[in-house]
Amino acid sequence: MDFSEKKQLSLKACKVRQHIIEGTFNAKSGHPGGSLSAADIITYLYFKEMRVDPKNPKWEDRDRFVLSKGHAAPALYGALAAKGFFPEDEIKNLRKPASFLQGHPDMKGVPGVDMSTGSLGQGVSCAVGMALAGKVAGKDYRVYAVLGDGEIQEGQVWEAAMFAAHKKLDNLTVFIDNNNLQIDGTMDEVNSPYPIPEKFEAFGWHTVEIDGHDFDQIEKAVEEAKSVKDKPTAVIMHTVKGKGVSFMEDQVGWHGVAPNAEQYENAMNELKAQYSALEAE
Amino acid sequence: MADVKKIATREGYSDTLVELIDEIDNLYVFDADLAGATKTSKVKKAHPDRFFDCGIAEQNMMSIAAGMAACGNIVFASSFAMFASGRAFEQIRNSIAYPNLNVKIGATHGGISVGEDGASHQCCEDISLMRTIPNMTVIVPADDTEARLATRAVANMYGPCYLRFGRLAVPVVFDSNYKFEIGKGVVLSEGTDVTIIANGLMVEKTIEAGKQLQNQGISARVVNMATVKPIDRELVLDSAAKTGAIVTVEEHNIIGGLGSAVCEVVCEEKPVPVLRVGVNDVFGKSGPAVELLEIFGLSTANIVETAKKAVALKK
Repeated sequence: MDFSEKKQLSLKACKVRQHIIEGTFNAKSGHPGGSLSAADIITYLYFKEMRVDPKNPKWEDRDRFVLSKGHAAPALYGALAAKGFFPEDEIKNLRKPASFLQGHPDMKGVPGVDMSTGSLGQGVSCAVGMALAGKVAGKDYRVYAVLGDGEIQEGQVWEAAMFAAHKKLDNLTVFIDNNNLQIDGTMDEVNSPYPIPEKFEAFGWHTVEIDGHDFDQIEKAVEEAKSVKDKPTAVIMHTVKGKGVSFMEDQVGWHGVAPNAEQYENAMNELKAQYSALEAE
Repeated sequence: MADVKKIATREGYSDTLVELIDEIDNLYVFDADLAGATKTSKVKKAHPDRFFDCGIAEQNMMSIAAGMAACGNIVFASSFAMFASGRAFEQIRNSIAYPNLNVKIGATHGGISVGEDGASHQCCEDISLMRTIPNMTVIVPADDTEARLATRAVANMYGPCYLRFGRLAVPVVFDSNYKFEIGKGVVLSEGTDVTIIANGLMVEKTIEAGKQLQNQGISARVVNMATVKPIDRELVLDSAAKTGAIVTVEEHNIIGGLGSAVCEVVCEEKPVPVLRVGVNDVFGKSGPAVELLEIFGLSTANIVETAKKAVALKK
């Protein structure tokens, strides 16, 4: 990836992070930590990889995205708004009764959302269904899903993994946002799913491990997944929960808590400074 | 009655799916390793390219069905009522019904007439569970004729549906002139003293109960209410007004199913006594289906007795 492209993606990701903070602050609730850790992959998919059209969100031949870790909705909404699916101003109305921006993604109300999610473990199966639909219809669209690392404790994820490999769904790429933190603590403290790649491999998947905040590595993994035949790909992304906001980084307490006014100011100042620095590069 | 043709409603369900696939090019059928029992094996045989066996993973099956439907397909997903409505309840709610996707759940082996397999497989809670989910249509066909018509009808409407079929071969009560419409009950015989509203395999017993009551001087209106949701409010209220008492009859827990749906309507607009015949909030047990129905009070005799009680309750 050349310098200019990486710079543009980094700027977009920084914008998405600002939307995450803006949205959760105004909502006085939401999940900033896991949204920030997923911001880079979602930005990459919408701004570099996926075949989508903001003017025609239901385009039949579009690539599909399923945010299986639906609580990271602010990251998805931020990317969709930045991409032009709906006005960026709407982010301030996240989780409010008059807004279409539900706390978790709602495909009926939010332009660009391909699947309603929120209950962990279900989105990945829906993505498998979309990939299957593409295969049976002879379509060449690809399906992407982002799962939380804690989410893979759900048994349904492994039902989906078994089926996707059995049906050779090589049009499906799943990203595991491995920030190592879930609500009750670290993965190891709560109920360790490690080692993750070996588990997917045992289920018949191709796997790649990357730094989930490095666009070069993301690009390499996405391209590799596209070249793999007869197997779905799982990209295990090592990420930092709260990435981009210093005081939220790697803090379990920032799973489902919104910033207060002072924290909001500090977070936005940090992100704006990052944006300016990126622009100046 | 000995020469009446008997056939399980799951047969007509799968026969109709085979026909529908010839007519509709985006219709797919899923099963969860029970194709031989649900009879979707007929689809597998006739249209292997439209059939997917998801293995013993009902939760995944429901969400995959949602994903397929989100790409513009009609999906029928089948399993036993217990595992479809029970194990995969939340997938049906969140993956299918919340986004209002075009998935039809064809649940077979509903109720205690599952028989020998016993309580673990005898689902008497499914109608209650499914009825409480927004966007969901819930239908319990009475016989082979209605099973075929209902399967065809839901394929031609948009949105999530739950169809409940049975394991037991039951008498065919409707002929080829029978008209089925989603959301409409059917008056099978007119009466003035009490209305008996039934669905599923209890319809045949209710028709018989109506005849016995007639012989005993009680005039019963008999209604087949295949669609539990949306319930036919108009017919329920008309029955309440004209006969002043209602008995509901279903192969389901008396809590949450047809009886409850009828009570809700009656309570709100035209309070009259409603007595419910059904499984009396207990688990089933193993035994031949026909014996179990008698043991659990799902009998013509109990419908007759309950109807008499309802008449006595009228002011």
